[in-house]
Amino acid sequence: MVAMLIKHRPDIAPSEIISRSVYLRRREFLAGFAAAGLVAGLSPGFLRDAQAAPMKGAPSPLSTTDETVTPLRDVTTYNNFYEFGTDKGDPAKNAHTLKTTPWKVKVDGLVNKGADYDLEDLIRDIALEERIYRMRCVEGWSMVIPWVGIPLASVLKRVEPQGSAKFVAFETLVRPAEMVGQRGYFQALPWPYKDGLRMDEAMHPLTILAVGLYGETMPNQNGAPIRLVVPWKYGFKSIKSIVRISLTDAQPAISWQEQNAREYGFYSNVNPQVDHPRWSQATERRIGEGSGLFVRRRPTLMFNGYGDQVASLYAGMDLKKFI
Amino acid sequence: MSRAAAAHSGSALLLGSDPIRRALYLFGMMPAVWYFYLGLTDQLGADPQNTLERALGLWALRFLVVGLAITPLRPYLGPRLIRYRRTFGLLAFYYAALHVFVYLVLDQGLNVQAIVADILKRPYITVGMLAFLILVPLAVTSNNAMIRKLGGQAWNKLHRLVYVASIAAAVHFLMVVKTWNFEPVLYAFLIAVLLLYRLAKYAKKRARRLSEARA
Repeated sequence: MVAMLIKHRPDIAPSEIISRSVYLRRREFLAGFAAAGLVAGLSPGFLRDAQAAPMKGAPSPLSTTDETVTPLRDVTTYNNFYEFGTDKGDPAKNAHTLKTTPWKVKVDGLVNKGADYDLEDLIRDIALEERIYRMRCVEGWSMVIPWVGIPLASVLKRVEPQGSAKFVAFETLVRPAEMVGQRGYFQALPWPYKDGLRMDEAMHPLTILAVGLYGETMPNQNGAPIRLVVPWKYGFKSIKSIVRISLTDAQPAISWQEQNAREYGFYSNVNPQVDHPRWSQATERRIGEGSGLFVRRRPTLMFNGYGDQVASLYAGMDLKKFI
Repeated sequence: MSRAAAAHSGSALLLGSDPIRRALYLFGMMPAVWYFYLGLTDQLGADPQNTLERALGLWALRFLVVGLAITPLRPYLGPRLIRYRRTFGLLAFYYAALHVFVYLVLDQGLNVQAIVADILKRPYITVGMLAFLILVPLAVTSNNAMIRKLGGQAWNKLHRLVYVASIAAAVHFLMVVKTWNFEPVLYAFLIAVLLLYRLAKYAKKRARRLSEARA
């Protein structure tokens, strides 16, 4: 089965895709960023760098290897993580307050081995893989990110879902003391942030729980210490800083659908033919591409280009209806 | 109109003869120059187009608010303040025009089909475009020659359209964000206050006129 899924041979390491010199200079970027942060009275880049530890994964045949990887600086400074503020620069500025050790993940619902797991126990002995995936945001921009993670399926098998489990629901941490977006009068969403997948989506080999990127532990602003990555769905489905995984028999509520059911659906598969009510989804801007102000939009691909692997999951479904 | 007067009003459109006005234009355009400089030298972050587009739109809104605040502030800061209302209005227009330029040229790459579809199908773009189109005749008539030509009363009437443009601009900002954000709410609030002030004043004036007519 895996052989069928091979699309591109994994013979190029991300360090070769972006020029090696740039990759090796990534700490300078961070250092420069830290300096900029210090000028502004903040030191997020510095702290991020101090926290980062090597986190290598074996190359995977499921990686997308024919596209330029988005620079680390962009991946770590342009984030939607409303728990740390709604501006895309906010998470990089504010997420250093998040404490990710110790980290518990509650596994409950229709499972045989439900428990409050220490993160290390939940993922222990599951081989880390590097997965280079396109990430398409519902706002019309995209990146290519070298994640390090494990198949969600491996974790689910470990906790033994019961036969009646049809969906997997996820929740993000709620800790206002460490998450500035969860304090004050203007809170973007009701917390906790919630998302979910159908069981077959959750078990799909492309679906991973990521614990790092660019060969290092996950930066806080990208959803440390553990986050979901579902590359054929809009980015908001890839829930960050997960503290709860529940197996359910009913379709779980997801935050964006609760916030605005007219604009967001449970599936949220990348689909250039179905526009977001407020903007077109036909094209996207690839972050880091082009120079300065001159970036040409590129066409958005059905299922974000992963149709060969995932289209069969939705056979017979009207994707204009099941958004 | 004499040729000299025409030349004078022409230059007034760009910089004005009043040194304070000239300084306001120069300082007022600085954010635009700065943002374009950052953009062209790749210092606007991961999504420079979007950052530039939003910054320009926000400055347009800021200058609209300042322009609307002039009239209510006159009793406190002096009647001479009115001389600078037009300056702020024009600054708002310049920023709105740059904002629209970035959207049409840099963001959409002058893809007419995509732009037309956007304007027709996306309410926030429809509303934003409406705000901009209203500002065009106001900017074109924002010079002494046009005031003379139209006559003060007609000119004033025409320029009340800025109220509609401001409401549209505030709604445009509220609609573009995915959830409740502080900034769009703040600007909508400021514009609402500044327009309600006028409405209250108008109602008072009308009531007075009615009672005088009865007396």
